[in-house]
Amino acid sequence: MKYSYYPGCTLRTKAKDLDVYARASAAALGIELEEIEDWQCCGGVYPLGSDEIATKLSSVRALNAAKEKEQDLVTMCSACHHVIKRVNDDMKNVEDIRTRANNYMELEEPYAGETEVLHFLEVLRDRVGFDELKKKVKNPLTGKKIGAYYGCLLLRPSKLLSFDDPENPAIIEDFIRAIGAEPVVYPYRNECCGGYISLKEKDLSKGMCEKIMASAEGFGAEMLTTACPLCLYNLNKSTGAKLPVVYFTELLAEALGVKEEVKEEVQK
Amino acid sequence: MSSEKKQAELIKEISGVNPLKCMKCGKCSASCPSYNEMDIKPHQFVSYVINEDIESLVNSKSLWKCLSCFACVERCPRDVKPGKLIDAARQVVVRQKDQNYLLADEIPELLDPELPQQLLVSAFRRYRR
Repeated sequence: MKYSYYPGCTLRTKAKDLDVYARASAAALGIELEEIEDWQCCGGVYPLGSDEIATKLSSVRALNAAKEKEQDLVTMCSACHHVIKRVNDDMKNVEDIRTRANNYMELEEPYAGETEVLHFLEVLRDRVGFDELKKKVKNPLTGKKIGAYYGCLLLRPSKLLSFDDPENPAIIEDFIRAIGAEPVVYPYRNECCGGYISLKEKDLSKGMCEKIMASAEGFGAEMLTTACPLCLYNLNKSTGAKLPVVYFTELLAEALGVKEEVKEEVQK
Repeated sequence: MSSEKKQAELIKEISGVNPLKCMKCGKCSASCPSYNEMDIKPHQFVSYVINEDIESLVNSKSLWKCLSCFACVERCPRDVKPGKLIDAARQVVVRQKDQNYLLADEIPELLDPELPQQLLVSAFRRYRR
């Protein structure tokens, strides 16, 4: 299985662990992640204005690069996934945006949403299969009680993201089960962490994350797992209940027995 | 056309939202994680646009409390997309000269060693042009 891979800005800096453990795990599963050349930052949030074009072009370039290689495009960060998937929907279904974006791009063949965008969790669920993944686990994380923290960006708007049931998702819980641990379902797993509000109004996101942490702890979670560097940052700023928060790729690498060999790369 | 009428039209155009579809069920406000922080509540945004009271809307602190978490968009039974409406009002403000909500000079004191780049690029995109 060979995919185009879009890491995103934070996976090169503060979230190296999300990237490094993903690559090691993918290799162990026989998945080839081919990084897109000269990818540009997606911008972090999807530009909501119907007249926004230039702010979407970095995503269009990545999508078109994957198209030219005839590969599906894999994302790792929730925010990149959200932005690129929604821009792809615009390119496929919104004629005005498609026309104007292509006018900027000057491609040999116009881009019209041909690429399929998959989050790595979707690759694990839909392409590898959680049953197959389970067979490849060398160090099952037996006895660990892990709460999935979905946040917003992977789930909503569900009509566009088509990731999972937005009110009662199961994909990360199924993933946790596949690597031998015990998922803890708690009410706040799809509530917002505060997102970008934590830049200027740190107390607001802190309050939201304290509710999330308390909810998870109350239902018996020992740790939380997420796919989003901003969720992880905000959750770690919570001052009430304090559960460790790790990327899902770190858990995966541990279960597949490849964590130790790449650990040093994360520290670099 | 009065300037407020023009701005109301602009907000509808940027957002692509038809506020007349709203049936005031209040699900958006019930879902909003920033509800307590907002002076104008999510279900009220539509009325301000319909009544062309844009002055109140663009000066509302609610513009800067919306997290774009899409809970309101997801749960709206009429597909009104309140989150898109509030973003359009935000755009009407920051697209004007010297109306950015976040200034580059503010950044250094907001940083800490763990802060991810994602947070900076996201805030830049929502809060300024």
